[in-house]
Amino acid sequence: MYNFKYQVASSAEDATSKINASDEGKLLAGGMTLLPTMKQRLAMPSDLIDLSGASLTGITASEKTVSIGAMTTHDTVANSKEVSTAIPALAKLAGGIGDPAVRNRGTIGGSIANNDPAADYPAAVLGLGATVITNRRSISGDDFFKGMFETALEEDEVIVKVDFPTPLTASYVKFPNPASRYAIVGVFVAKTISGVRVAVTGAGACVFRATEMEAALTKDFSPAALNDSSISEDGLNADIHASAEYRAHLVGVMARRAVAACE
Amino acid sequence: MPSVSMTINGKQVAGEVEERTLLVDFIREDQRLTGTHVGCDTSQCGACVIHVNGEAVKACTMLAVQANNSEITTIEGLANGDDLHPMQEAFRDNHGLQCGFCTPGMIMSAVALAKRNSAPSEAEVRHYLEGNLCRCTGYHNIVKSVMAGARAMT
Ligand SMILES: Cc1cc2nc3c(=O)[nH]c(=O)nc-3n(C[C@H](O)[C@H](O)[C@H](O)COP(=O)(O)OP(=O)(O)OC[C@H]3O[C@@H](n4cnc5c(N)ncnc54)[C@H](O)[C@@H]3O)c2cc1C
Ligand code: FES
Ligand code: FES
Repeated sequence: MYNFKYQVASSAEDATSKINASDEGKLLAGGMTLLPTMKQRLAMPSDLIDLSGASLTGITASEKTVSIGAMTTHDTVANSKEVSTAIPALAKLAGGIGDPAVRNRGTIGGSIANNDPAADYPAAVLGLGATVITNRRSISGDDFFKGMFETALEEDEVIVKVDFPTPLTASYVKFPNPASRYAIVGVFVAKTISGVRVAVTGAGACVFRATEMEAALTKDFSPAALNDSSISEDGLNADIHASAEYRAHLVGVMARRAVAACE
Repeated sequence: MPSVSMTINGKQVAGEVEERTLLVDFIREDQRLTGTHVGCDTSQCGACVIHVNGEAVKACTMLAVQANNSEITTIEGLANGDDLHPMQEAFRDNHGLQCGFCTPGMIMSAVALAKRNSAPSEAEVRHYLEGNLCRCTGYHNIVKSVMAGARAMT
């Protein structure tokens, strides 16, 4: 790992000014993605601005919304009474990320800012139609994820929290990579007051909505309704773990299981 | 260089480190506590698991500066003098190790699990140990050890 300057931010605003005062500074959350990347020398920031002192943790739930601070760990979300009551699928998703030590450090803000094509949280943000609140603006889930490891965030913008609207029912099912637990394919299905949403992670370069499946489920919210809809394998990921054809097949299987698991 | 101070196994320690010094290197190289192992450079093997403020953490994926002012327990901090910790005893009794390389991380993860769940089922143990890899044992006796150790800890 190349050396860098380490600074602790006292707030999201402070983090932004420290980033702007640095050469090529980066925010540090749980470090579960950034530090391994730096160890491989695939990233060499001039400064790391640690968000652990920026008061960005915590979960609040109202009747309509569950709000999760950017620095809240996966383990906290997985074990939160508020989250398990309002959106059980979200608590389950968080509890299935990586392994216990990763969940003890990794954060929701870091996960969505990183936007790994195989990460779990992006599926929940897109699938529930959540809103990402930064220290500058609100970004709707539909506009947040831009491509592989790319988001709508500016270099110096800090995620403060994510607001998840409570769905009528929702479920997330993934086919995990047996080594890392990242999603080879993961599908988040939600029935909300504004319609059915289906978000797919792991299969493509970036999380996406399966609009054909959404239309089929709007007519008939049952696993069988998806029997005739298929996802094209064009542009899907292919690697040593799964071919594009297999991933396309898995999207259908995971989606049907997710619908079946909805109440 | 930044200076850090923390409590390791009940003892207050301090030192100067480079910003990039990993917590596991501070523990092994500076503090000479070599029970915590390093088995990979991809954060996947769990040989380096320690407790930071009571929670299982991969010491290879945390900076020493991030651990400033925290309370740390490593495998060396479990035994009480010559008396092994019940989880260590259970690994010995159940043949839960062969070469022993993964064992410190396994035991630190297992103790963290037992603190949350004093009677974990076999499935719960296997799920909790997903981040700890063993090249030797086939896991069977590790799972047996963890179940016995958790019971013995209550
Ligand atoms: C062994 C292993 C297994 C894993 N398995 C899974 C898995 O199954 N599923 C899964 O989804 N993930 C998995 N992960 C990734 C894990 O969830 C990470 O915690 C997560 O991707 C990044 O979160 P972090 O808090 O560690 O962020 P960091 O690594 O600290 O940061 C990641 C990026 O986000 C930026 N960032 C962080 N916080 C903010 C913020 N508030 N505002 C703006 N930018 C920010 C940083 O600058 C950096 O670029 C795994 C990781 C490991 C090591
Ligand atoms: S050394 Fe492999 S996870 Fe830390
Ligand atoms: S006992 Fe040898 S690696 Fe686990």
